[in-house]
Amino acid sequence: MKRTVRPYGDKKNDGAVQVSFTLPVAKSALATEAAKRYVSQMGIRDPYVTLAEPIAPDFTFFVVYGRATHEVDLSAISAEEAPAGALTRDEIDAEIARRFGRRLIVLGCALESDAHTVGLDAIFNMKGFAGDYGLERYHGFDARNLGAQVPVAEVARRIREAAADAVLVSATVTQNEIHVRHLTDLVDMLEAERLRDKVVLVAGGARVDHALAKELGYDAGFGPGTTASVVAAFLLEEISRRQGVA
Amino acid sequence: MTASKLGLSSERIARCRSLASEVAAGVRRETEKYTTVATERTVLRLLGVDGVDADEVPLPNRAVESLAAAGKLPRGAAVWMGSALAQGSGTVADAAARLSDRAGAAALAEHPRWRDALLPHVERGLERIRGNRSDRERRMASHPPDALPLLYAIVATGNIHEDLVQAQAAARAGAQCIAVIRSTAQSLLDHVPYGATTSGFGGTYATQENFRLMRAALDSIEEELGRYVRLVNYCSGLCMPEIAAMGAFERLDMMLNDALYGIIFRDINPLRTLIDQNFSRRINAAAGVVINTGEDNYLTTADAVEQAPAVLASQFINERLAKDAGLEDWQIGLGHAFEIDPELEDGLLHEIAQAEAAREIFPDAPLKYMPPTKHMTGNVFRGYQQNALFALTSVATGQSIHLLGMLTEALHTPFLHDRWLAITQADTIRRNARHLADELRFAPDGRIVRRARAVLADAEAILERVASGGLFAALSQGVFADTRRAIDGGRGYEGVVGRGAAYANPFMEAFTHAPASAGARA
Repeated sequence: MKRTVRPYGDKKNDGAVQVSFTLPVAKSALATEAAKRYVSQMGIRDPYVTLAEPIAPDFTFFVVYGRATHEVDLSAISAEEAPAGALTRDEIDAEIARRFGRRLIVLGCALESDAHTVGLDAIFNMKGFAGDYGLERYHGFDARNLGAQVPVAEVARRIREAAADAVLVSATVTQNEIHVRHLTDLVDMLEAERLRDKVVLVAGGARVDHALAKELGYDAGFGPGTTASVVAAFLLEEISRRQGVA
Repeated sequence: MTASKLGLSSERIARCRSLASEVAAGVRRETEKYTTVATERTVLRLLGVDGVDADEVPLPNRAVESLAAAGKLPRGAAVWMGSALAQGSGTVADAAARLSDRAGAAALAEHPRWRDALLPHVERGLERIRGNRSDRERRMASHPPDALPLLYAIVATGNIHEDLVQAQAAARAGAQCIAVIRSTAQSLLDHVPYGATTSGFGGTYATQENFRLMRAALDSIEEELGRYVRLVNYCSGLCMPEIAAMGAFERLDMMLNDALYGIIFRDINPLRTLIDQNFSRRINAAAGVVINTGEDNYLTTADAVEQAPAVLASQFINERLAKDAGLEDWQIGLGHAFEIDPELEDGLLHEIAQAEAAREIFPDAPLKYMPPTKHMTGNVFRGYQQNALFALTSVATGQSIHLLGMLTEALHTPFLHDRWLAITQADTIRRNARHLADELRFAPDGRIVRRARAVLADAEAILERVASGGLFAALSQGVFADTRRAIDGGRGYEGVVGRGAAYANPFMEAFTHAPASAGARA
């Protein structure tokens, strides 16, 4: 059965949306008309320009409200929820000890030109993030944060040397979707080096989600706000599955 | 300065300064035995050596590499430039070409009158720096005083020509400082790229030509705006002093200049970068540049409440290291940040306590206050609200340099209108709360006062620990940002060179013995 949805403003199916953008045109009646036409072509009816602000000599910033006319049929689409863990840190540590009898080796890094470590540190550092301790605090993990700007070849070498069970890659968005390229480069490298099957590969970052990560050849992707315990629970289950341990 | 609102103990503050002096003295004892390849390249740049060879290798790198290969670096590159000039090289370029040739460098003998031959070139470099400084002072004096805190915007397109458009747009919207973010990997390059550049990742390469283009673009709208727009870049990483020299030559006004940042967050060798920092700060001091330190970064990786004392301890150390390099109070832009979890009860009170404490402890420093980044979630509306609290705290505690928070922080490099929204937000709050700081008093034994006192007491304890073993030991123990760095580890250690008994650096001598005269504040 079809289940169609449209945005909900103040009543069902009104399609209310807000759009904001800048046109490289000096503020003028013509610029505002262009903004309305532009929004109309996005499939939005009754565009109402609430702000037309000249933010630079040849640039105007617009906020436009309107009613989207198209709809999406929920019964015709599907999406995979990111894996979520319900285990506590102690439970995860206990399970690792029971199932493996050793510490799981987890490497973390940001690749190539990516110098950002905020996301990586939030998952790895003892202190963790949002009151949830990082992987370094777990007894069950030998968590090795390799830091930022690690070349993909170096990641492969470290996986081999450490006999790592999993690798977490933090990807911060820079220009030109370069984060996607680096993530793909790593998968290519690990496949070429016959290492891909030996490790659980996880991506994380502000614009990473589970679907994107799967598409790029990762086992999972975690977006903003993810805490270490969620990643830890996933690692436990996925490494168990891969290595046939239960 | 008005009476302390926090009632901080002046004895305790003095004790912290005294401990910081011990730390700085220890750093000096350790570092003054060495020079570095970057420091020697900087001497060449100050003498006027510039350009790249057919392989795009900068000429200062070529010359220093061959001097090192010939075992001549412990004497200082200046000696060999002077010797080449005294022995027939007609120009600085000729002399540099001779040093760049391995055989030429190896064959070059020291000339007894190398100093005389070099002197006019040293003087020309110093004169260019002095000229830029007085030009800046003249320009600033011709306009009304700036509203404070200075609004500081970042551009980072990767293409210098696109940066010029965005920088002018930001300046016209009200930004008073324009920082051009460097390409992400540049801090780890052991050379400075050359010429105008159009491709960088997450930023634009710092090159002397890019500096010149941006300076000209900002100067070109000075009259239209009726104010001077400050230009900022990053004098950090493996080429720290070279970039200071380039900035001094192209009239940059502010430089991020902090060895600890490179050590902790880029794994640059501590010895290398502290040596480089000292020379770069000497140059910045002479050029009338305001430096920005990077303590704010401790808060982005570790917990902002727990790290507050480490930030303050680092500020004390950075202040002392800066003063020892000839910088005056008005040039020392100590960094800190608004990074406390917004979900924390009374988190704003902690922010106010820390910002007010920094203001009272460093009353004459142009404090650099950094926006929330760690707890920006992608909810742009919440982000805009966090930035408003940040801007209000900045005004209420009399901060000096306000790095604008972007509502799309952590999502993408700012759109043109993201920057405009940030500028108008901070400008509105600055005007709307103009004299709030004058009106505010804190409950004498209330949460804010207690928090500030506790942070100061804990900072003193950290300084005691650092002073007892020295900064290098503290770095190896992970005192700052929970990160351990060894004195002989990290990037660039191979570029540390023991000084010979007769090491000479005429620029260092000039900066050390003739401190720059007090000038207008930048």
